[in-house]
Amino acid sequence: MPIPPEGGHAMASTDVSDPRYYHKVVDCQWACPAHTNVPGYLRLIALGRYDDSYLLNRESNVFPGILGRTCDRPCEPACRRGRVDEKPVAICRLKRVAADQRGDITDRLPKAPAVKNGKRVALVGAGPSSLTVANDLLPLGYDVTIFERNARPGGLMRINIPAFRLPAQVLDEECGYIIDMGAHMRYGTPVESLKALLADGYDAVYVGSGAPKGKELDLPGRWDAPAQVHIGIEWLANVHFGHVERIAPRVLIIGVGNTAMDCCRTAKRVGATDVKVIARRGRKHFKASPWELEDAEEEQVEIVENHAPKRFIVENGTLVGMEFERLEWSEGAGGRQTSTVLGTTVIPCDAVILAIGQDNAFPWIERDIGITFDAKWDMPIVDKVTHQSTRAGVFFGGDAAWGPENIIWAVAHGHAAAISIHQHCQGLPVDERPPVGMTLTSAKMGMHAWAYDNDYDTAGRAKMQHAELAARFAHVGVEVELGFTAEQTATEVQRCLNCDIQTHFTAPLCIECDACVDVCPTNCLTITTNSTPLDELRTRLSAPALNHAQDLYVSDALPQTRRIMVKDEDVCLHCGLCAERCPTAAWDMRVFDLKQPYAGTALAGALG
Amino acid sequence: MTSIAKPPVKHPSSRTNALGLTLRDYEGAMSTLCAGCGHDSVTAALVQAAWELALEPHRAAKMSGIGCSSKTTAYFMKQSHGFNSVHGRMPSVTSGAAAANRGLTYIGISGDGDSLSIGLGQLSHAIRRNVNMLYVLENNGVYGLTKGQFSASADIGSTSKKGEANEQAPIDPVLLALTLGATFVARSFSGDKRQLVPILKAGIAHRGFALVDVISPCVSFNDHEGSTKSYAYTREHEVEAVHADFVPLQREITVPATDEVLRVVELHDGAQVRLRATAKDYDPTDRESAYAHVRACQSRHEIATGLLFVDEDGKDMHDHLRTVPTPLVDLPYEQLCPGKAAMEKLMERYR
Repeated sequence: MPIPPEGGHAMASTDVSDPRYYHKVVDCQWACPAHTNVPGYLRLIALGRYDDSYLLNRESNVFPGILGRTCDRPCEPACRRGRVDEKPVAICRLKRVAADQRGDITDRLPKAPAVKNGKRVALVGAGPSSLTVANDLLPLGYDVTIFERNARPGGLMRINIPAFRLPAQVLDEECGYIIDMGAHMRYGTPVESLKALLADGYDAVYVGSGAPKGKELDLPGRWDAPAQVHIGIEWLANVHFGHVERIAPRVLIIGVGNTAMDCCRTAKRVGATDVKVIARRGRKHFKASPWELEDAEEEQVEIVENHAPKRFIVENGTLVGMEFERLEWSEGAGGRQTSTVLGTTVIPCDAVILAIGQDNAFPWIERDIGITFDAKWDMPIVDKVTHQSTRAGVFFGGDAAWGPENIIWAVAHGHAAAISIHQHCQGLPVDERPPVGMTLTSAKMGMHAWAYDNDYDTAGRAKMQHAELAARFAHVGVEVELGFTAEQTATEVQRCLNCDIQTHFTAPLCIECDACVDVCPTNCLTITTNSTPLDELRTRLSAPALNHAQDLYVSDALPQTRRIMVKDEDVCLHCGLCAERCPTAAWDMRVFDLKQPYAGTALAGALG
Repeated sequence: MTSIAKPPVKHPSSRTNALGLTLRDYEGAMSTLCAGCGHDSVTAALVQAAWELALEPHRAAKMSGIGCSSKTTAYFMKQSHGFNSVHGRMPSVTSGAAAANRGLTYIGISGDGDSLSIGLGQLSHAIRRNVNMLYVLENNGVYGLTKGQFSASADIGSTSKKGEANEQAPIDPVLLALTLGATFVARSFSGDKRQLVPILKAGIAHRGFALVDVISPCVSFNDHEGSTKSYAYTREHEVEAVHADFVPLQREITVPATDEVLRVVELHDGAQVRLRATAKDYDPTDRESAYAHVRACQSRHEIATGLLFVDEDGKDMHDHLRTVPTPLVDLPYEQLCPGKAAMEKLMERYR
């Protein structure tokens, strides 16, 4: 129990029994929408236990092989290593190592029971979010039917992500793990009426149909040479299906998100020689992931900044170029960016690909079946936690719920929606959620031996090896990234700071000898009086943090002086020196394991 | 003792001193002392003091004898000179070094065994000579290296780990130093860096012998109930007589307005020590009252701490010996050793 503060301004002690406290310390796991146990699986890779690492990954993110190549990596900018060293741990690439090096794990995958539970669930679309729902519900005995417009599963992962980034075999394997549990696949079957689907008597319906409509750019000349102007995601799909095999030499890509990156690099592989990506704003505002930009530029794609499209130039029915306004941006009051037009420029081209975003499209959802749509955006109203629409039993997730996001978000949505569907089918309220849990076990193995390697490795971030430029363009399917070598892997896993091995403090044991404060390499610890609110307390620490996103741990009053132990979590290296120097084991290193709930996890009261 | 070296990672907001060095640059090797040893906190205080003073590491010499305390010199300022002498002989080695090179800053680290038993005579004479050095006496009341026998500073009635009480009267280094005419006498506690760091800085800046007796508990053999040198006992019985704030010459003096009476002592190099008496009517420049205060505290089972006595007008060893201002190591050979003729001329004076 936290001891109540003594004075009016004093702070209450931190309640570390709430899983959120230690979870937040693990920056990568906190930033990941699916809350993957990153340090845990990196340690398994370090031990060469690739199968275990893959399966630990799969628990939360379902598609380690796919995400190890395509994830937007919200974990990496969050990684603590980036705050104490130049660059974060190459988490995503290591995930791929676990996937690439694994053996046959099929006998360790979840299995559907022989006897079903009698509930039927329909999933619309066979993309990442629907497949996650199926992954969570099939082992519980659900009868799952997936409707997919294309002939194969994967959704945008298959038709929009080019094969040079994600080989089909990787995709087939990981989709197969789920489908082979016994999902009924209705390929080539787009759902044309939700009303009709509901009439089939499913116990629940999940809409995971993505945001399949590329945005249009309706400028003068747009429709004068329609064969030369393409919508990005449609064009990528056409390349995937083999409907498009060539493109003219000079191509302009409008937009600078990740779809634009896939378009420009694909164009280079189907005949384009001069590819320019046109951006309205400066580089720091680009939506594309920095590493994708880097890869595109390595392939001699030119990025043109601060150009706004004005019109398509069509002569005698042939597109010959586009006119742009050259912009200069300045920051106005309130940080708002305003642009000034400096002049216009014509860039000649033979084709234009529009990659300026995606919209949702629900022409197949009737508006009189109890599903309320938002008047402004014409999007269904969906609960942020339960994923349920205004009609009980109809759930949305992935890009279909709130517009385009990344694959890892779709997976997180799938897990959350599966919980709701399970609740709904049991006749329980969907907003009653199984609790987030944790286990905390001492990592102490001996006098100065821990259940993890606590030494700090000074190595810099490993660089991904790429296929030779010349070899890359032979075929759309030549994978560019070759994966880490065994040596790179061995070094890179050691860069992880093991933020999940928590510094756990027991105030009554402390004799205030200062040993921990003295030895901490990054000055995280302070013993001080508990007399001021948080903001002032921060200024009294041994080394005030630059990043306030991480919390302060505040102990109960210490036995000898009633002062408090304060730990700033910001740049703790989890090296364990505080615990090694502690004469009374008031500090201990404890392995934190987040127990993320999934469909089928017991509710809070269920265990009595 | 730790299983790994301290990771070479600095806090993103770590600052540099006038020499462009960070605090971490003043560290030494990893300590192999017991976890929780007071000596490691003294090390941290020395690192802090040296960094704040912007002491040039290559212009400092760390001197020590034998014992747990004497290992301390390995744990700070790895780029400085050092001499690990025979047991109890650190004061004479330092006297010799200081005689030869008065240009260095001497930081001597000793313990209650090294200073008050085998080295008591050495300590006494270094005080008499007023060698220009900081003398840190890490005082824990036991012989830790040999598993906890009482040392010469153990108080009457203080019990050993096995429960046996000490019956012999202690030697109090502070009283000893005051008696022998030391010009800078302080006592502090390893668990109180707010007090200890300014005292160490003032002691380094003081010209002459600066004795700092630091109660530095032995976690392995003298931190139990019944010990008078434990963390808990020291915290309960510590009475700070005078709080010292060290104000270096270079820095603009901005002290918040206060009703307290401040006594300012100007040091040889122009820096100041601002003394704030926390015991009523305490005069840190009066040797007699300092002695009386420490004795009175003793009889009340209190531990008098703070900068207890300072005399900046005392003559140091070089003044007494009337040596040349140039360090002997820097004198040209002809001057240092002027030859047979000069020797004979000198001898002539004694005939």
